[in-house]
Amino acid sequence: MIYSDKVMDHFANPRNVGTLPDADGVGQVGNPVCGDMMTFYIKVKDDRLSEIKFQTFGCGAAIAVSSMVTGMALGKTLEEAMAITNEKVAEELGGLPKNKMHCSNLGADALHEAIKDYRHKSAPGARDAVSAAPAQAHDEHDEACCCPYCEGPLEGMEEVCSCSHCDIDFIECPACGKYTNKAEAACVACGAKIAK
Amino acid sequence: MRRIYLDHIAATPLHPEALAAMLPFLKERFGNPQSLHGEGQSVLEAVEEARGQVARLIGATAAEIIFTSSGSESNNLAVKGLALAGRARGTHLVLSAIEHLSVLNAAKSLEKFGFRSTLVPVDGAGTVRPESVERALAKDTVLVSVMLANSEVGTIEPVAEIAKLCRAKSVLVHTDAVAAAGSLPLDVQALGVDALSLAGDQFYGPKGGAALFIKKGTRLLPQIDGGIQESGRRGGTENVAAIVGLGKAAEIALARRAERAAKAAELRDRLIDGFSRKIGHVLLTGPRAGRLPHQASFCIQFVEGEAMLLSLDMKGIAVSSGSACSSKALKASHVLLALGLDHATAQGSVVFSLLEDTTAEDIDDVIEFFPPIIERLRKMSPLYTAYLKENPQ
Repeated sequence: MIYSDKVMDHFANPRNVGTLPDADGVGQVGNPVCGDMMTFYIKVKDDRLSEIKFQTFGCGAAIAVSSMVTGMALGKTLEEAMAITNEKVAEELGGLPKNKMHCSNLGADALHEAIKDYRHKSAPGARDAVSAAPAQAHDEHDEACCCPYCEGPLEGMEEVCSCSHCDIDFIECPACGKYTNKAEAACVACGAKIAK
Repeated sequence: MRRIYLDHIAATPLHPEALAAMLPFLKERFGNPQSLHGEGQSVLEAVEEARGQVARLIGATAAEIIFTSSGSESNNLAVKGLALAGRARGTHLVLSAIEHLSVLNAAKSLEKFGFRSTLVPVDGAGTVRPESVERALAKDTVLVSVMLANSEVGTIEPVAEIAKLCRAKSVLVHTDAVAAAGSLPLDVQALGVDALSLAGDQFYGPKGGAALFIKKGTRLLPQIDGGIQESGRRGGTENVAAIVGLGKAAEIALARRAERAAKAAELRDRLIDGFSRKIGHVLLTGPRAGRLPHQASFCIQFVEGEAMLLSLDMKGIAVSSGSACSSKALKASHVLLALGLDHATAQGSVVFSLLEDTTAEDIDDVIEFFPPIIERLRKMSPLYTAYLKENPQ
């Protein structure tokens, strides 16, 4: 089995699936090109996450990750929720296959986006402070160094590089700055169209 | 839990008669067929009998059959072996865009040796048009490789027509018949091809037993240099048990192919009809007619293939998918993209392929179990929510 029992449990019985029509914040990550899309809805009460719902289009790992994140974050303060990293989620799930770490393990990012959306809506001035949050900065550093498919090291120049394991050439996406498959018409991270 | 195995294209079970034929060669008949003593010579006889059995399945002569280890090896040997042997005539290859990766990547490897290749596009049903192949031919084209049928979308290709127009221009033709062998009638004379790949694990033979047909008089550069095995065209001590199992499976396939195919086609249509009645936003990939008798493939919108595969597996049903998430490299199947499907649609790929012992009851169970799985996953899907918002029911 490629997935742990915990992943299969969260995939088969995902917690907190759904939408919140009167959400305080909504966050969305991923796109169908790389495979997975997640939308998180949150309600905030006294600076704590009082309700979280999610919808995910994606593989077993993506659904399990989303479910796990909602469980980890529910009832936590926004600060605590912002400290949840994708790596911690994978750990809680008893690990994920290596090739799924970057594509499907986006639950914490989606939650953070929802919190940012809430903060932006409730106090527009708070936006800059959030973008400097350590969890987010850590993630971006990680993704800059690794193949988005297999998480292996990238070889070559900074703007154009390749993964010898996957035999894929990468370029930096002009929209989001992350490495994306050179052969694809759209960025695998943000979905922006890439001019050839 | 009762298991319903509908992943013929990944592997078929070993036929009991093939197993029985193999067993002596894993026990007392261990000799090397190249040895001149009794132990060797009796094994050689078995290998040559298997060669005849495989030849009869495709209307070839025994001398035209080379045993290999897999469909991928057969494809590699055909593409590289024929191209390199024909290098003096040219360095251009023509391949369909939906060939198996063992054909596409073999051609890619040849680029390092000065070859170039043209990929012929397919239409929305996955058909390679002969006129598209003709347009792709260059003065220095040495080899055209078009598969007989595609396992992922089920399309049967007009290989005989393609071979005819290539022959008129003295271009060699290879066809990858791995998905077709055992299911479609095969006759290398009628097809007019110079090379044909097949693998026993697609028709109830063992893994490790495969073959390449090379038409008499066609030059081939070996890819495993060694001794005189396989008339010097493939070195290495013969995998005797697998070869004997392949031969037996070929003999059974020749006798039962028509009956197997007719039964499978009926159940395949039962599945396709059931899905179109019970599931909304479902697309049959490949053509409705002119497809492999045992294969039915779909793209289910707003849900992802691996999630469907895992859900079906939990219900005891084994299938496969060409979605990006279900592949190790997380790339959507090149076949689905070649059909012109967008990434989101290709993500919903699910492929059912039937065995000879698949029953109507199995199919009815799948038709019953699958719709609630799709419904559950769609309830989780932001794409479906967005669709419903834009198209209120």
